Amino acid sequence: MSLSECVKIESLSKHFAETVAVSDVSLSVGRGEIFCLLGGSGCGKTTLLRMLAGFERPTAGRILIDGMDMADVPPNRRPVNLMFQSYALFPHMSVFQNVAFGLEQERVSRTEIDRRVREMLDAVKLEGLAGRKPQQLSGGQRQRVALARALVKRPKLLLLDEPLGALDKKLREHTQFELVALQRQLGITFVVVTHDQQEAMSLATRIGVMNQGRIVQVGTPDEIYESPATRFVADFIGSVNIFEGHIGNSGEGGLIAHCGALQIPLPSRVAMPDGTRLALALRPEKIRLQRQSDTGAQVGQRGTVEEVGYLGESSHYRVRLDDGTPLRVDVVNHRRDASQRIQRAERVTLTWSADDLIVLTD
Amino acid sequence: MGRSRISRWTVAIPLIWLLLFLAAPFVMVFLISLSEVRLAMPPYAPFIEWVADSWRWNLDADNYLFIWQDGLYFEAFSYSLKVAAIATLCCLLVGYPMAYAIAQAPERWRSWLLLAIILPFWTSFLLRVYAWIGLLKTDGLINQALLALGVITSPLQLLYTDFAVLIGIVYSYLPFMILPLYANLERHDRLLLEAAADLGASTWTRFWRITLPLSRPGVVAGCLLVFIPAAGEFVIPSLLGRSDQLMIGRVLADEFFANRDWPVAGAVAMILLIVLLLPMVGFQKSIQRQSEDGV
Amino acid sequence: MSRRGYGSLAAGRFSRFMLVLGFLFLYLPIISLIIFSFNYSRLVTVWDSANSPSLRWYQELLNNEALLGAAWLSVQVAALTATLAVVLGTLAAFALLRAGPLRSRALLSAMIGAPLVMPEIITGLSLLLLFVTLEQWLGWPAGRGMLTIVIAHATLAMAYVAVVVQSRLASFDRSLEEAALDLGATPTTVFWRITLPLMWPALLSGWLLAFTLSWDDVVIAQFVAGPNASTLPMWVFSKLRLGVSPEINALATLVILFVALVLGCGTWLSRRRERQVQRPVST
Repeated sequence: MSLSECVKIESLSKHFAETVAVSDVSLSVGRGEIFCLLGGSGCGKTTLLRMLAGFERPTAGRILIDGMDMADVPPNRRPVNLMFQSYALFPHMSVFQNVAFGLEQERVSRTEIDRRVREMLDAVKLEGLAGRKPQQLSGGQRQRVALARALVKRPKLLLLDEPLGALDKKLREHTQFELVALQRQLGITFVVVTHDQQEAMSLATRIGVMNQGRIVQVGTPDEIYESPATRFVADFIGSVNIFEGHIGNSGEGGLIAHCGALQIPLPSRVAMPDGTRLALALRPEKIRLQRQSDTGAQVGQRGTVEEVGYLGESSHYRVRLDDGTPLRVDVVNHRRDASQRIQRAERVTLTWSADDLIVLTD
Repeated sequence: MGRSRISRWTVAIPLIWLLLFLAAPFVMVFLISLSEVRLAMPPYAPFIEWVADSWRWNLDADNYLFIWQDGLYFEAFSYSLKVAAIATLCCLLVGYPMAYAIAQAPERWRSWLLLAIILPFWTSFLLRVYAWIGLLKTDGLINQALLALGVITSPLQLLYTDFAVLIGIVYSYLPFMILPLYANLERHDRLLLEAAADLGASTWTRFWRITLPLSRPGVVAGCLLVFIPAAGEFVIPSLLGRSDQLMIGRVLADEFFANRDWPVAGAVAMILLIVLLLPMVGFQKSIQRQSEDGV
Repeated sequence: MSRRGYGSLAAGRFSRFMLVLGFLFLYLPIISLIIFSFNYSRLVTVWDSANSPSLRWYQELLNNEALLGAAWLSVQVAALTATLAVVLGTLAAFALLRAGPLRSRALLSAMIGAPLVMPEIITGLSLLLLFVTLEQWLGWPAGRGMLTIVIAHATLAMAYVAVVVQSRLASFDRSLEEAALDLGATPTTVFWRITLPLMWPALLSGWLLAFTLSWDDVVIAQFVAGPNASTLPMWVFSKLRLGVSPEINALATLVILFVALVLGCGTWLSRRRERQVQRPVST
């Protein structure tokens, strides 16, 4: 085992009566990482988190934290703290008492508790609110109390269940950066559960995508987005155009995929026998959209704009190719002048680099 | 593990208590109802006796037969159920609009209105019944007022009548009707009424088609909470009622205390329990149906 | 948003009218009771304007040894009952919602509801039969009195307490307990520092409910009290069978005053706490 490994999960499973919540998950998280478990509701990510915290007993497999088997360690003895989705702040205690609660359990001296709680409240910018009750705080303040309460014990591992889920959009972006800064400063390993892909992408050093109780892919945000391993991952993260087809007669330059009437050149690194079934995924922002009148040459696919969704900083186009295939294209509006932008019903040419195609064979 | 030992005791203590002081007494009542009266202490025959070289069970259904054949008990039962049913209906007719009005009242008033409903309930039950004696007596306040107004020329006999019993029961049990009704009506989503109005329903239609059907569990719960104790009531009829018209609760108490016929009293209790169990079972069924309907 | 929307026009007017009538129906008897407690005459409903208002019956009340004895017994019985019922009812509520083997839980839930729907007269009768039989077989309980009343009342009241506590416990956010556990507290600490303080209002209202049930009961006490013990309601009941007495008006007034005071303060306090909690946040 490498020294820098904080959590090691070995073929962990959890069954509830009939349903399988987590199925044969193996994973390791390095020290100081922010690892995001990303998946839709019911994918098993919360159950996995609760097993790490000790609230659920695994049906099979084991969890090692800092090399120690956690099988018989109850939640109150684990070097792990959890920040609950609902924050679970004790309503009958003040902010100070909430944060102090964990330290009191360790029989730390009163002066030491006082010092560490003040220090922690400073770190999350809640100095003036120590005497308030949780009900008297705003959502953002509650979130920071919950964070302070979990961090003040200096756990080896902090688990965060949808840490930004209850905040509104503006506050979420701000808090996200604070969270990362705090994590760097304290050097504590974070495991974050979220259903929000943007949150995962911007927080995580690595992401584990979960589906139906299994980890489908682990990688950096960049790997997950640009090189999804399966169609589920490609589809779940961001939006994507999918072409179904098979490898056709190889042309001179490289392989060609036949997708209906379309003939799409594949990236040169791909090597597969003729007739292999495959799917091609193409991110909407990787496609270049041009008016047909602007392009003389006979390159790219031709189509007609069916719908335009104007979002301010960018526009989403739905283009129907001449063979009937619908495609989504995202274009950044880098000019103010509306007349420069392509409108509904215009004839367009679409081009992309073969290297931007993701080849999926699952 | 210590935790599971704690959880075992958590179940065991109340369970043992209830077995001892709820289930066991029941079995006793049942056995005694099958026994026969003796001049002894306790005044019933032993359930099992050593007679002529063999054990003999002293249990039979004679008491039930006796109750069945004696018209007095049947009359008392039907009178009690009739009074309880009428009182329940009166409570519903008075209590529903009251509960509705409280549920409709502005938020900050509601807890005070509710308090005003509960307050008489927390003052002693006997004292509330007593208040009505003062009102209903021949020289009581109601007769005084009616005489003063010239509505009547000689005082009416109000106390010691069926009417007095009815008033007493409605008065005592009205909060039991209002509270479950309020709890139900208060949860109704006002948007449903607005949606119905938007679809063209009149006030009356909205009440009849939306509010009333949705409040059915509250109505049923309230009616049971009034009907069951009213049917077994014995304090109110003995203070306000005619001495010749007996409600079953009073018959039971008389059998027990005056005649010291414990076996017959036990049999009366068993029958009363069975009679009252039927509406409970009906209630359970209706709740089940409601939850199956997804209401 | 305004609470006055659809549905509060005709139906609202009618129901408000009924509410006023209903309150008159509920309170006029009580008010007349209170007014006539200050009447000098022994004839309860005939106002003696020469000597009234007077505190004559309040004085007689305080000199009545039998009544004071009964009241003292009632207070003791009610306090013991309430305490015992809160312990038993709370255990039952926890057992029903959280712990225990399934089969005994089903048995418990079937039994706990019974006292709620049983006519008191049957509860009283069956418990008396049990006490008599137990005494005959085991010599316990020796005679009947305070102990048997407390046992009987607690059996009835624990069902009510269980309902109150159960409804609070059902809405209890279990992640609070998990959070405490996660922060290193032992299960025992979690119970004392998180669960119990948060359940406190429910336990208190359960205690008050049980106290009132016991304080108010005449039927069950009539059966299980035995010849030597008399609770306040039993004393009142025996008095009422003989006819009206102005002393009872005075007693009723004191009881009503006391209850109104306690309930009023309670409601005011809980509303004030709610308002404090909902105080707007300034950031």
